Amino acid sequence: MKAAVIVFPGSNCDRDAAVALEAATGRPPAMVWHGDAELPQSDLIVLPGGFSYGDYLRSGAMAAHSPVMREVIKRAKAGTPVLGICNGFQVLTEARLLPGVLMRNATLKFICKDVHLRVERTDTSFTGRYDKGQVVKFAIAHKDGCYFADDETLARLEGGGRVAFRYCDPQGNVAPEANPNGSRRNIAGIYNETGTVLGLMPHPERLADPALSGTDGAKMFKGLVESLAA
Amino acid sequence: MKARITITLKPGVLDPQGKAIEGALHALGFGSAGNVRQGKYIEVEVAEKDPGRARAEVERMCKELLANTIIENYAYELEAA
Repeated sequence: MKAAVIVFPGSNCDRDAAVALEAATGRPPAMVWHGDAELPQSDLIVLPGGFSYGDYLRSGAMAAHSPVMREVIKRAKAGTPVLGICNGFQVLTEARLLPGVLMRNATLKFICKDVHLRVERTDTSFTGRYDKGQVVKFAIAHKDGCYFADDETLARLEGGGRVAFRYCDPQGNVAPEANPNGSRRNIAGIYNETGTVLGLMPHPERLADPALSGTDGAKMFKGLVESLAA
Repeated sequence: MKARITITLKPGVLDPQGKAIEGALHALGFGSAGNVRQGKYIEVEVAEKDPGRARAEVERMCKELLANTIIENYAYELEAA
């Protein structure tokens, strides 16, 4: 599986994503600078976490209009899987590849901690290694992670089975107390209509090695390799 | 021409920053303060003398970048630069 990681000025999880991808695929991903208009042929495109363009105007707003994003949008619409993590999720919403918007956390605080997520779907390229309803531990590190969409959009997401992950307690209960940032319906990640574009605030790459105190995130990358190399 | 653009959150969209500001105003003794909403103000000079064309240009700037119309409304005034 050939992966590409897009690097924006202010990305800071691009190398973590590259390490997790290399561990899963056995080869380093292509690192593609945001100003490049050319993107190598890839089986997976990753938009990493960070603070692209210093979060100026709105998180992800500038990055969504970078030269390379025109190609990313084109590939995404043609079916190439795209994974947006944290700032990458914000970029995907600003680029309108995913609906809704990530707003300032309800607490107004930057939150950096491990959280539990319930896996809502296992029939996508991203989640083949998980069980339906499984509770996994990923890390979050964000200030603008409060997912907002209007009622109509939420109904469309729920109806289409497009909620990927929800914040939950360790037992898997999707409770208000387990919601770290005020996201509507405890939404931590969503898919596009075809399930090939995934945006999520939590970082799978940050818990992808035993040395990082967890490996739940590694299963996402391993699942992608199995599904996309086939 | 110069555009003075104001971007505000749509009614009903949660504004925790506005709430925090309101709390601080109350703490300062401004008990009359209520429903504080925070927004953005942006000035742009447009190299365009015709008000109609300038307006169309600013409209596109707002829609494509300056405002996220999922959660924000925008308004602007144009004046000779």
